[in-house]
Amino acid sequence: MSEKKPALWLRIYSFLVYAYIYLPILILIIFSFNTQKLNIHWEGFTLAWYDKLFHDSQILLATRNTLIIALISTVVATIIGTMAALALQRYRFPGYAASETVLYIPVVIPEVVMGISLLAFFAMIKLTLGLVTITISHIAFCIPFVALVVRARLHGFDKSIEEASMDLGANELVTFWRVTLPTIMPGVLSGAMLALTLSLDDYVITYFTAGPGSTTLPLRIFSMVRFAVTPEVNALSAIWVLTVFILLFVATYAQRRRA
Amino acid sequence: MEKPMRKFSLIRTLREKPSAQGSFLMLPTNLYLLVFMILPLILVVVLSFLARGNYGNIVYKFNITNYTRLFDTLYLKILGYSLQVGLETTIISLLVGYPLAYYIARSPARQRSLLLFLILLPFWTNFIIRIYAWIMILRGEGFLNTFLQWLGVIQEPLNILYTPTAVLIGMVYEFLPFMVLPLYTSLEKIAQAQLEAAADLGAPPWKTFLRVTLPLSVPGMIAGTILVLIPAMGMFVVPDLMGGAKTMLIGNVVRNQFLTARDWPFGAAVSMVLMLLTMAFTLYYTRKAGFGEELLV
Repeated sequence: MSEKKPALWLRIYSFLVYAYIYLPILILIIFSFNTQKLNIHWEGFTLAWYDKLFHDSQILLATRNTLIIALISTVVATIIGTMAALALQRYRFPGYAASETVLYIPVVIPEVVMGISLLAFFAMIKLTLGLVTITISHIAFCIPFVALVVRARLHGFDKSIEEASMDLGANELVTFWRVTLPTIMPGVLSGAMLALTLSLDDYVITYFTAGPGSTTLPLRIFSMVRFAVTPEVNALSAIWVLTVFILLFVATYAQRRRA
Repeated sequence: MEKPMRKFSLIRTLREKPSAQGSFLMLPTNLYLLVFMILPLILVVVLSFLARGNYGNIVYKFNITNYTRLFDTLYLKILGYSLQVGLETTIISLLVGYPLAYYIARSPARQRSLLLFLILLPFWTNFIIRIYAWIMILRGEGFLNTFLQWLGVIQEPLNILYTPTAVLIGMVYEFLPFMVLPLYTSLEKIAQAQLEAAADLGAPPWKTFLRVTLPLSVPGMIAGTILVLIPAMGMFVVPDLMGGAKTMLIGNVVRNQFLTARDWPFGAAVSMVLMLLTMAFTLYYTRKAGFGEELLV
């Protein structure tokens, strides 16, 4: 669209929407440094809540669980999903339409339905709920998103560079490793980022597939929030938000430099 | 050798037949999703036609009482209310998000990716945290009330938290980017030439907007509607944390039947209704509009 500057009212309006998006998060972070336990008015600056957080064994366990689940599901879903993206973008094979349709299931079915269906399924096959069931479930809902995102990034991939590589004597494996993979890497990375975020963020499906001892951070935060509004929750949230912001900035910056 | 070993013939097939390569690459996804997505969903369908035993166990006796029970006024009301909340969330997100998407699409090309990034950034953080931020703002002694009292607009604190309004505020905040992104994708694709043509033919800006921009952004609106309405319909976390006891959505019913009432067959029937609603809706609109890229956030 146009390169003209948008109208003034539109700029003011958009500024207000951005304020609406960011103010709650800003307030949340500021009040993680509040000395008042009820966290209603600002009393004074402290880092005590952060200190408390780092000695809270339940939080530490939940953090460990969350990271284990997120890392495993990201790696597995990215590999499997990228294969599917390559298949769908570059080949025609029997069952193509069906394979493609299945990828849209998590987009069109509410999370709560997926949660209870997995819960019922694990109960049926008598698999004890815990880290394993959570990870299996996370991989399941991450694969379609990875496949769809990577596939979208594969548009315009030039097959002739692969043919050139083969003509120059490289076999399929070398061609894949030295030519195909580096070319599709930005797409694969954005798929992996999405899988990582989906897994870290997931509350609903985790809630239905978690067992005793497998609490994750979103589950822990939920029960803390339900119980009381304390600066400790703010501190935990602030760490989370800042970690994600920093990671995203680094990832975006790295991609810009590459491009 | 008398006959070739199987292993080699498999590799040869893979080397020579592209369709075999495609099937091979697709295999892990198809297998995984068959076992951990399709089978569980089929299980829910079966479950919805079974009965609950006295101890919360499942009795394998085919019946449709789980579905007839849904016609109870209590459940019809919840269903109606969920539809209402879902539609309200969608419409407000559309009204708030459209001008913003338009603004981003109209900004200089260099700024666009940054503006989009800023929309997405908070939503890469945890969604319970975002709800919590709003609880801090909306509660009786929260920032909104403190601010309004300081301004002198109100004398007594407003009771917003634990009302349906709070649920709507939370949901719109949660789902806004799902509306903005597909809208942006649509708006950004509109060629400058089309807008100039309208202007050259004498159309004033508002008319160009109504007759060119708006119709061309319909795919984005529909994709955004699907991406907002479906999660909004199944939502139970926002009503749990911000809605108080009165706001019960269909998602809460499903959750309760599975985890507290332990009536899985009835819970399965409720999820079936929820699933059919969202799927019917998606099919209807995707058939009508024919779009693809917009749905891919």
